[in-house]
Order: sequence, then structure tokens, then C-alpha cells
Amino acid sequence: MSENTAIRAEGVGKEYYIGASKTKYQTFGEAVTNTVTQPFRKVAGLIRGRAAAASGLEERIWALNDVSFEIKHGEAVGIIGKNGAGKTTLLKILARITSPTTGHVDIRGRVGALLEVGTGFHPELTGRENIYLNGAILGMSKGDVTRKFDEIVDFSGVERFIDTPVKHYSSGMHMRLAFSVAAHLEPDILIIDEVLAVGDSEFQRKCFNKMEDAGQSGRTVLFVSHNMAAIARFCDRAILLESGAIVEDGAADSVVSGYLMASMGKAAHQEWPEFESAPGNECVRVSSVRVVGANRVTAESIDMRRPVGIEISFSILKKELIFVPAISVFGDSGTHILNALDTSPKWREPQEEGDYRVIAWIPANLLNEGTLIVTVFLMDIWRYSGKPIKYAFITEAVAFQVVDSEGGPSGKGDYPQHWQAAIYPMLEWDTTRA
Amino acid sequence: MKILSTSTVHDAASIPFLRIEPSRGWRNLGLGELWDYRGLLYFLVLRDIKVKYKQTVIGAGWAVIQPLFTMVVFTLFFGKLAKIPSDGIPYPIFSFAAIVPWGFFANGLSQASGSLVTGGGLIKRIYFPRLIIPIAAVLSGSVDFLLAFAILLVMMVYFGITPTFAVVWVPMLLLLAVVTSLGVGLWLSALNAQFRDVRYAVGFLVQMWLYCTPIAYPSSLLPEKWQVIYGLNPMAGVVEGFRWALLGTDTAPGPMLIVSVAVSLTLLVTGGYYFRRMEKNFADVI
Repeated sequence: MSENTAIRAEGVGKEYYIGASKTKYQTFGEAVTNTVTQPFRKVAGLIRGRAAAASGLEERIWALNDVSFEIKHGEAVGIIGKNGAGKTTLLKILARITSPTTGHVDIRGRVGALLEVGTGFHPELTGRENIYLNGAILGMSKGDVTRKFDEIVDFSGVERFIDTPVKHYSSGMHMRLAFSVAAHLEPDILIIDEVLAVGDSEFQRKCFNKMEDAGQSGRTVLFVSHNMAAIARFCDRAILLESGAIVEDGAADSVVSGYLMASMGKAAHQEWPEFESAPGNECVRVSSVRVVGANRVTAESIDMRRPVGIEISFSILKKELIFVPAISVFGDSGTHILNALDTSPKWREPQEEGDYRVIAWIPANLLNEGTLIVTVFLMDIWRYSGKPIKYAFITEAVAFQVVDSEGGPSGKGDYPQHWQAAIYPMLEWDTTRA
Repeated sequence: MKILSTSTVHDAASIPFLRIEPSRGWRNLGLGELWDYRGLLYFLVLRDIKVKYKQTVIGAGWAVIQPLFTMVVFTLFFGKLAKIPSDGIPYPIFSFAAIVPWGFFANGLSQASGSLVTGGGLIKRIYFPRLIIPIAAVLSGSVDFLLAFAILLVMMVYFGITPTFAVVWVPMLLLLAVVTSLGVGLWLSALNAQFRDVRYAVGFLVQMWLYCTPIAYPSSLLPEKWQVIYGLNPMAGVVEGFRWALLGTDTAPGPMLIVSVAVSLTLLVTGGYYFRRMEKNFADVI
């Protein structure tokens, strides 16, 4: 194992016994016999040291299967995947809470694991007592805690109640105090499971800053979260788990985008090679729709500081008609974010038959972070009063991710967190002294 | 905000290296690591002691009431009515001198047995030597013991009993009670993690054990040749030892105590190894 490797997992697997074996009893007699003999069979299993048999658990599941990876010192790695994909099992193995069934993990450095904030907090003890207790649980010495005590209290913002039993705390105060203790751990390798979703947005901002400090001070961070924006922002690299196996391992924003798009069943590029079945009608056919970056290469994820293009390729089959290319952009929760259409004079006139390619450029510093879904139209809105005529109409044709991973000025300034809004434009601000 | 000040320059020699592997079969007791985590043990014991009588009216009074009432009942029924002999000392203090170490043992045993399930929250989320949990459960009864012991001393003054020089053995006898309690507690806690039957068995076990221990009666009721075999119950050794050391009974526990110590240590060591063997599954089954 090389010097700068922090964690190396090889062929790690974890098998769980779940549920009892299903045996069907034909007769009442058999069922009674079984009920009577079962305890004896269980005790026999126990004596032979087969705990699972003794518990009547026979169905097994591999929660993790042959997982191998290597993480270097100072890397911030996000672990993503659906519920039940094995993320928490993996962290529990790395944190030595449970042991693997197969394979091994080599770890170089002191590990601090934070699988849930406030582990071991006791409601009857005061804030002060809980800080010491929780510190000890997380592996800090009494001296460490004493040295950082003021900092911890200050960070939590519960100074006034530090000598009050925590059962009288609000849940927010409780979480803040708990996270503050954890945030002052100084391990070489920090393992975090979905704990950043605590407290109000002000406190979350503090937590993120603290995490980024940890990353910048050369600490290795492993981070499980369902908050994809946070993974893309905070991690350099992401590992995607599916049914206990690694299916993707690469740059955080691309893995995150790929995962999100796959889970929606959407892609950044859609093509219709079969002319006859392509969207449209006998007047016009769309052959492809793509999301592209400034370099005109298909892009699944785009930093919010960069322009993004929606490219529509189509063939005009009838020359007397007017086709205006248009797009609608929706957020993943269905928010209708924008409509845009090509208002250039070219599309006020009928065009020659043939193949066309248009790109609608959505400017940089306009869209907010998140998954965006694009619907594409070719329609005539000029020559007909009343309802426009839709010649081609492709709902949810393509999708892409807007991420905040590059850093530097954006519409958000340097605000590090997700701030809910449909768009995040960089406006001209005019200030005068009145 | 102050930025965490961890140096990024790693000195290769100082970086701990760890290999996580499937654990199979027997493992060593991991005593070195246990020692490294003594701070956590301290805080867990402190927590249990602080929390124990929170939100009660009588508070630590419970630590005194229980043995006192047991003594009163024993004195009435066994001492006065059944006229059970008490090695020539007043029956109340005869029984109380046994009830105090017994209470510590029985309480530690039942706390330790359920400790892994009670402490499941910690076990499922944080790594630390699991042995700390039952150890803390046994040790957290020490304050109750001290309070009851203080009452015992008051009673000795009341009955005008002056301890002999043998009183120096009390700490050792107490240690024997701790070792026995922990030894059985380790077995039962590890079993209880997987099989909750233990929870129902413990109350019964403690009750039976109480009858088998010379608390309400003296071990001198047994014929001489059986005394050594009686030592197979380590608590018999502890209880008779307490009476001898504090009350000056002539039950100087020679061979009986040696048997008790041997049994007790066997329980502790085998319990420790069994616990370590089962430990890898705790987080999955609790």
C-alpha cells in the first residue's frame, strides 16, 4: 500500500441473514411438532456455534459484494446510491462497527466516524456533561475536549443553556450542540453519514465551512449523502453503489449527474435514427436533441457559471410552413423555469426543405443548481391567431444538471450552499447614495 | 471561525495503520486497546451514576432502602420466626453484611446482561472496544455499594462490633464480587445480544443464586466437608468473607475462597473470550 493511500478496500463483502426461512406446514400436526421441536433445533444450532441457525434466520443477502477502491490522503469522496445500495454498510465496515464477511480494508490514519450526530447524548445530562461524554465516545481525550470546550460551545450557539439538561433543549439546539462536538474531532480520515442536514440554514452554512476547512487542511473525507448538490460541491470524487457493488467511480459532478439522470430515466442526448418514428409529422421530423457545453460537446452537467446550449436537429419536409424552435425548461420538482423561442426573422418565413440544427444558448449565471428537464417544440406561432400549431412536441426530451463545483463568483456570490430558487441570475445592481 | 489546525505533513511512522478483516474464531481480549479507551469507560460510568437517580424523589435513598428493607424482612422471617442461626452475631447485621455485597453483585450482573441492548445506539454507530459496555454497567453500581456499605458501618457501630485486622481483605473480596459479576455478565450480555431469552432468564437466575448463597443463613449449616464445594458458588466465598473480615465470624474462608477465586476467574476469562468471539455480530443483531 503506497504512502499516500489513506484507504484501500479489496473485495469487501458483507452478508446479512434476513428473515426466517419459509417452511410451509401441511398439517396441523406438523405445525405443532415443529413448534415443539424448534427450540431444540435452535439450541443445537447454538451449541454448534451457528448463531444464524439458532435464530432461525436462513435467508441471506449480500449487502456489499466485492467492493474494491482506493482513496488517497486529502481526497474528499462522496458515496451515493439508492436506499439499500450498501452505502451505510460500507461506512460501518470502514468505521469498524461491523466486520466484513469477505475481503479486507487497509486504513492508514486515525479514523473519526460520524454516523449519526448526538450518539450517546443523554437527555438528563447538561450540555456541558454531554460535550465531555460525546467527546469521549468520539475518541477525544478529556484534555482535548477541555482545550476545545469554548470553541465547541461557541460554534453551537447554546452558551446560555450549557448547564441545562439537554432534555430541555429544542431539537435544533440539541443537534447543533451534537454537531459542534463532532465538528471539532480532528481525525486524519473523517467518515460522515448524512449528518449535514441538521439545523437551520445559518447553522448548515457553518457546518459546510467546517467541512471545507477539513478538506483544505488535508483531511480525507468520506461522505454519504442523498444531497447530490452537496456531493457535487464538496467532493472531488464520487463512488456510485448499486445493489452492493460499485457501478461508477469518478469525478463527483459527472457521477452525480449520471446517477440523477439514470434514476430519472433521462439523458443529455436523445436521438431518433429511424426517420419514420422520429417525433414530428409529415412536415417536419426531429432527429436529435442534446445538451451541450460551450465547446458543443454533449454535457450532462454544467457549472452554473457557464452557458449551456440546447441543440435541436431536425429536417424540414414541407417548405410552405413556418417552424419556430422553442424550449421549455423545468426543475425536477416540476417547477416551470423558463420558456424561450427563436424570434429571429429567419423563422418568420418558410424555409427550404433540408436538415437544420439550432442551438438555444442559456446564458451563464442564470440557472440555479439542480436537475433541469427540457421540453422541445417546433411550432408556428406567427401565421395563425389563437392556438399555435405544434408540429413537433417532445416533452422531457433531455435533462442536465447544473452544479456549483468550480467556485468563484456566480449569481450566488460565494455562498457555499444550495439556496432554493428557480433561477440565480447575476444582475446589474445600481447603487446611489440618497 | 478558526480553521482546524491539522498539519498536512504526515510523518509516516506516526500514522496508525489498520487492517480490517473478517474476524473468525477466537480473538485475543484486546486489553491494550481497552486501556486506551479508559477515558470512555470513565465517562460512561460517570454518566450512569449521574443519571441513575435523576427525576426520582428519594434519589440515592433507593440505594439504602432496598438492602435495609431486605434486611428487615430477613430478620423478621428468617431470624425471628424461623430462628435460623447467625454464627453468634445479631441476625440483622449478620444478614446485612451479606446483602450489601450481594446487592452489588446481583445489580451488576443484571445491568451487565442487558447492557449491550441498552447501549445498542452506541454500538451501532461508533467503534470502541465493546467490553467497555458491560464493564461500565458493573462498575456503575459502585456508588450504591458505597452508600449501603456506609449503612453497614453505622450498624456495626450500633451493634458495637469492632472489625478485626482482617478488614484489609474487604477490597479483595469486593474485587472478587466484581470479577464474578462481570464474568457472568460477559457471558449473558453476549448471549443476550443474539437471544433475548436471556432477559427473562436473568431475573430467575439471580433469584436462584440468592437462595444458593449463604445470605439468610450461615454456610456453617453445611457439613464441614461440603464447605469447599460450596465455594463453587463464588458469592458464597464473597459473603462469608465479608462476615469474617467485618464481623469477625470464625468462618475464615480458606479453601472455600480459593475455589471461589478459581471459579470466578474462569468465568471472567471464558466470558471475555466468548464475548470477543461474538462481538463482531453485535452491531448487526442488536
